[in-house]
Amino acid sequence: MTGTLTLRERQVALALAVLLAVLGLVMAGAARQGVMALHGVMAIALGLGLAFRIGGTLDDPAPPRDRLTRYDDGPTRFGIIMTLIWAIIGMGVGVWVAALLYWPEATPLVPWTSFGRLRPVHTTGIIFGFGGNALIATSFHVLQRTSRARLADSLSPWIVLLGFNLFCAWAVTGYLLGSTQSKEYAEAEWYADLWLVVIWVLYFVLYIRTLARRIEPHIYVANWYYMAFILVVAMLHIVNNLAMPVRWSAPESFPIWAGVQDAMVQWWYGHNAVAFFLTAGFLGMLYYFLPVRSGRPIWSYRLSIVSFWGIVFFYIWVGSHHLHYTALPFWAQTLGMTFSVMLLVPSWASAGNAIATLNGAWHKVRDDATLRFMFVAAVFYGLSTFEGSFLAIRPVNSLSHYTDWTVGHVHSGTLGWVAMIVFGAIYTLVPQLSGREHMVSPRAVEWHFWLAVTGTLVYVVALWNAGITQGLMWRAYDENGALSYSFLESVQAMAPYYLLRTIGGALFLTGAVICAWNCRATMRAAQGEATDRPLAVQPAE
Amino acid sequence: MPETTDPKQLPGADPHTGNRLIDPVSGYDTTGHDWGGITELNTAFPKIVIWALVLSFGYSVIAWILLPAWPYGGDYTRGLLKRDQQVQAAEGFRDLEAGRQDWMTRFASEDPAELQADAALMQTALPAARRLFDDNCAACHGAGGTGGPGFPVLADETWLWSSAPETLVEILRYGINSDHPDTFYGEMPAFDWMERSERAALSTFVVALQDGSADFDSDAGALFTENCASCHGDDGAGGLEVGAPALTDAAVIYGQDHATVMETLRHGRAGVMPSWEGRLSDAEITLLALYVAQLSEAAQP
Repeated sequence: MTGTLTLRERQVALALAVLLAVLGLVMAGAARQGVMALHGVMAIALGLGLAFRIGGTLDDPAPPRDRLTRYDDGPTRFGIIMTLIWAIIGMGVGVWVAALLYWPEATPLVPWTSFGRLRPVHTTGIIFGFGGNALIATSFHVLQRTSRARLADSLSPWIVLLGFNLFCAWAVTGYLLGSTQSKEYAEAEWYADLWLVVIWVLYFVLYIRTLARRIEPHIYVANWYYMAFILVVAMLHIVNNLAMPVRWSAPESFPIWAGVQDAMVQWWYGHNAVAFFLTAGFLGMLYYFLPVRSGRPIWSYRLSIVSFWGIVFFYIWVGSHHLHYTALPFWAQTLGMTFSVMLLVPSWASAGNAIATLNGAWHKVRDDATLRFMFVAAVFYGLSTFEGSFLAIRPVNSLSHYTDWTVGHVHSGTLGWVAMIVFGAIYTLVPQLSGREHMVSPRAVEWHFWLAVTGTLVYVVALWNAGITQGLMWRAYDENGALSYSFLESVQAMAPYYLLRTIGGALFLTGAVICAWNCRATMRAAQGEATDRPLAVQPAE
Repeated sequence: MPETTDPKQLPGADPHTGNRLIDPVSGYDTTGHDWGGITELNTAFPKIVIWALVLSFGYSVIAWILLPAWPYGGDYTRGLLKRDQQVQAAEGFRDLEAGRQDWMTRFASEDPAELQADAALMQTALPAARRLFDDNCAACHGAGGTGGPGFPVLADETWLWSSAPETLVEILRYGINSDHPDTFYGEMPAFDWMERSERAALSTFVVALQDGSADFDSDAGALFTENCASCHGDDGAGGLEVGAPALTDAAVIYGQDHATVMETLRHGRAGVMPSWEGRLSDAEITLLALYVAQLSEAAQP
């Protein structure tokens, strides 16, 4: 980590690490006890740990003089490791909560193991921990390669990654201790949110600065997606988390939004978290790794540009489809519904562009599990965007809303699309960054692929059935005009599906564990570094 | 490719580099961009995408014309269909009510005994009543009225007050220890002013009452007569009309083991049954009362 930092950079890094420890001390001291104090202690621990680590290298030799003629791959490697750690945490807790739905009586009698606290650990662990780290790590790689320029400086990528992971750790430990602002996918409390804003702005600045050094005059479409992801997530995060802390020393706060406005802002955030966190950034990943792995040009340049602007323009309107048949005014629901339908066109255009790109490389899809991950990701992207637009149509939503169909839909997107493209990217990156031709065990990649596909299909099909069954049972009336089923009966009917989804999730988790092992072994068996070099004129030392 | 012209001027060539490669698989030329090895084909924009955009936009415009859609000033476009989701919801409820009209309304007006006697009516109503019970009562009283710690069993012959449908209607409507002004009261006071040793003796006595081995002539028996008999009866057989359970039978709400009785004596008990007036209609309350009475009857030998 410090090997590529100059002495001056190491000194700045040391000062920042000490600053982080001081910040933690202030937090812990002000809060004295409870969640915020624990989070202060975590910041102290990270700050001190980094300070000792960096302090010990102050006398080490200066970095090789040619460091600026290479790409900065250290942060990407670290980001991939964190991606895999969070994958196992997030998916592990996911399987745990899935099992609790089938065996609710197995909940241990300690508060932090209750479903309500574990569930956000799963969602945050996956979206931010797994997805976020994967996005940041791959964005650094893609940004440098498509710009043919080294990252603008050597320190801020580390600050972004470490700071982001501190946010994730604060968030999930907070939930376990019962600290939440009760906004789905934005449960972390105000001080963690503020911290993320600082980190995110730094990320955006780093991205723009690096992009400004690019050699190719055009900005590759993947970078457009990554930039949309960074910029819009900042906007969503700030607006949805506007809140007034109870005290500066307390981890509780009041949101400034109330009533239906709060609901609308929350789902404007919530759906665009899907759009710009879980879609735009990963489309950037797809647009880079798919052509690289398949060795094919992107099928249509024009289509990729139109899809980008279509996706970015339409997505921002559709959040209100989460609030059909609620206190939200009808007109806002109509707009959410119609924009969701129009959104299908650029979404499918992207998926189609990706699949058409594989023309001429189908034999590679057959033989190469890594490329197959990306192909399946594109197919599931197409499937789940179709499903999303379909479920957003008001009368369809009256059947699907509040059922497990929604959960199934989300997982067809997250397992089938997001996680598949991440694994495809990781299996491309890890050997390359280790100076190797292949992963240590290509067989394990094959196993992972089939476990992931089977797990996803079992999970998604089980929850489609579950959701449609629930929706139909809730609206069934007998010939005397009375409800045909009680709610209890609809819960009992879920048992087989909940068992199947637990099995599907466990299969997927097994694949992820295999992936983590394979990546660790490959990184340990590294035979050097990435061999490609930037073309950009390098800044003077 | 003619090399005589400036390649940067060629159609489809990159204006910066002049690159213009032909992809051997598709036969298309590329845009000339090159991002570290990634290139793009200069494929014509697919017509089908344009048609799909037109189609989805057409759908949206039709929806905007028919439904409430665009806000302006302090108002919004109402749409040709003049849909209003509050009106639609009310209509939906009315239609569903209408489907139950021919039998449900009788439960709002007629005497429970008469209703109970109408076998055909009860056959129609009881399945609906079971769902009503599962949705509203089972969370505490258990599916089938099997009860649980703190929540009385309904499917047995033991009743506080009465299992007569008229009484059940009142209990459902007003609740027990609820916030309704006409609520039933059933409170076991706390005997925390008593010496612990006395409470322990009483507790042993109450446990013994259940198997008939209690000695009324003992000191504990005297304590019982002095403090408990006014509600629970001289022999502990209960004062059903005031909501004091019998202590001599097998039926328990909280438990009749030593530890539970000690807890009850020290802190008292005042379990709450909520008032359902306003949450359930009169007809639904009567229907539930008859269902619960039937649960109790069915459980009796």
